[in-house]
Amino acid sequence: MRFIDEFRNADLARKLSHKIANISTRPARLMEFCGGHTVAIMRNGIRQMLPPTVEMLSGPGCPVCVTANSDIDKAISLAKMPGVIITTFGDMLKVPGSDSSLQQARAEGCDIRIVYSTQDAIKIARDNPQQSVVFIGIGFETTAPTLAAAISQAEKENIKNFHTLCLLKLTPPAMKALLELGEIKLNGIICPGHVSAIIGTQPYEPFARDHGVACVVSGFEPIDILQAIEMLLEQIESGNPHVEIAYTRGVKPEGNIKALELMQSTFDIRGAVWRGLGTIPLSGLMLKDRYSRFDADRVFKIEPVPVKEARGCICGEILRGIKTPPACRLFRKACTPENPIGPCMVSSEGSCAAYYQYGDFND
Amino acid sequence: MTDKILLAHGSGSKLSHDLLEKILLPPINNPILSRMDDSAVFQLSGRLAFTTDSYVVNPIFFPGGDIGRLAVCGTVNDLSMSGAVPMYLSLSLIIEEGLEMEALKKIIISIKETADEAHVQIVTGDTKVVNHGKADKLFINTAGIGVVREDLNISGSNARAGDKIILSGGIGEHGIAVMSQREGLKFSVPVSSDCAPLNTLVVEMLSASRYIHCMRDPTRGGLAAILNEFTKQSNVGIRIDEDRIPVHDGIRGACELLGLDPLYIANEGKLVAVVAPGDAQKVLAAMKNNRYAKQAAIIGEVTDQHRGRVVMKTRIGSSRIVDMPAGEILPRIC
Repeated sequence: MRFIDEFRNADLARKLSHKIANISTRPARLMEFCGGHTVAIMRNGIRQMLPPTVEMLSGPGCPVCVTANSDIDKAISLAKMPGVIITTFGDMLKVPGSDSSLQQARAEGCDIRIVYSTQDAIKIARDNPQQSVVFIGIGFETTAPTLAAAISQAEKENIKNFHTLCLLKLTPPAMKALLELGEIKLNGIICPGHVSAIIGTQPYEPFARDHGVACVVSGFEPIDILQAIEMLLEQIESGNPHVEIAYTRGVKPEGNIKALELMQSTFDIRGAVWRGLGTIPLSGLMLKDRYSRFDADRVFKIEPVPVKEARGCICGEILRGIKTPPACRLFRKACTPENPIGPCMVSSEGSCAAYYQYGDFND
Repeated sequence: MTDKILLAHGSGSKLSHDLLEKILLPPINNPILSRMDDSAVFQLSGRLAFTTDSYVVNPIFFPGGDIGRLAVCGTVNDLSMSGAVPMYLSLSLIIEEGLEMEALKKIIISIKETADEAHVQIVTGDTKVVNHGKADKLFINTAGIGVVREDLNISGSNARAGDKIILSGGIGEHGIAVMSQREGLKFSVPVSSDCAPLNTLVVEMLSASRYIHCMRDPTRGGLAAILNEFTKQSNVGIRIDEDRIPVHDGIRGACELLGLDPLYIANEGKLVAVVAPGDAQKVLAAMKNNRYAKQAAIIGEVTDQHRGRVVMKTRIGSSRIVDMPAGEILPRIC
């Protein structure tokens, strides 16, 4: 298959692995921000191809995992309102909130439907004019333009019963927060591929300039990731951290101007609560006032419920990169994909699920 | 005849009788069934294998098959995986009121065609109709009985270090076909279910070698699930090679797009055999002559290392553990 097979070539992988081992003379701690990268690294056994000097940490780049308990609780409260149909990406269904999950709410009779795109949610709204259809809008800059497009479509078609619980988050502010927390000293970041296709590389410049962290945007195939690691090590070893793109077939330095414009005209930037990281200023998106009629937060009176965090769950520390899933005493015991306690075990792109599914020879 | 199934079709009344006489019986009739007694009576001798399965697939028609073909193949294949020659099947239909009569007719004909292909007879059956919303169009249960050769001992607990693992062809086709139909996804390379009866293939394999130690069809949970079952039942390790596992381009593309791993996707016309090393090539050659196993390949072997675990050499030359499938299969979101 074109664009896939050449990026899974064993010879090339071996060569890159040797090259990485040759370049690396001192310890380097790298973080892959994106959950898609975590899965690709685990699934392809990339850690085993790296020298002991290179340490890989997983970051908070899974939108399901960073959704706060209070936001899950809100979605469940909405689901329980009469006349409301909840539409959501499948991964959200099992995420435990304070007392329940959307899956449990569905079993109790709430109308909750899995969709594959915002277009599906719009269609459900069109087909059910008597009911309010709420789309749970989670995601990063990759998902934001599709939600913006759906809002603009709903406006054009005058679909009055379409709403979104907008939980969209922005990546660079979370990276900045992680670096400023200072809990982990990072030498390099594998920057997300799809997010960067939208936002370009400019937002990463301060990380290299102010924090001395090497930044390379990577694709999702094993050769992409090995190449990005090689480029990061070149930067680290030469003491010259800057921003580079390894994923040139997907990412341009300026990003996707059209998508960015659409986002700017639809959303305002606000603070957002991230699981594990707390409230991060200017890290979330909300609908602009002119779209407030589509905003579930403003249309429905959602009573806040007291938020409870699961006891013993260290998803927060895992999301900050200071612990790995096997260090959690619930991992593989009380917390499994069938019965997840924390969100990192729910999403297919969560660190815990990736460690669970693809294993680690050392755990 | 009405054009839809009514509750009365299941009431034992004239309508039920008509449904049976006009729609259900004619295609599948045979001397044992046509006696219309409360149970089928027939002669069988030797070691018998007996199995049952229920089919609730949604939608009931999908690219490459339908619930009827699936209900025959599933049970025929379960019997075959024990080395049995399938002989007789039962057929129970649970129909949701309102099902189109045409749909039912098509499915019965599909059942008949599949049973003919697998050389089995439907010898007993039952029909129930439930209220709208109490079932989803049509549920089918089939049970099957077959005869097993005296000299065979095929079981998931018989794998030994050194045995070769043979897969009969490309994986993931059934799961992706059903999912794409259900969700209205269209792919440029058409994806179609592999749903097929494998009993002839098994007979051919067993004439090539009697040292087939384990055999199973990778249905729900896919290839990953059954290889893990073998490692646990036999207390062995399994090593497979990603490069040698056949996956058709259409399936690979769909899996890439949806963020799924073909190792975990259901098949309905594939089998995995664990074969003594000396006989593996013979069995493989026999398989490649069968229309349902042209892409058969030796994908790995059994080892006495890492017992209870399946380890896969990835395409880029690294290794990873292939665990039991966990949770529902859900598409990626970012």
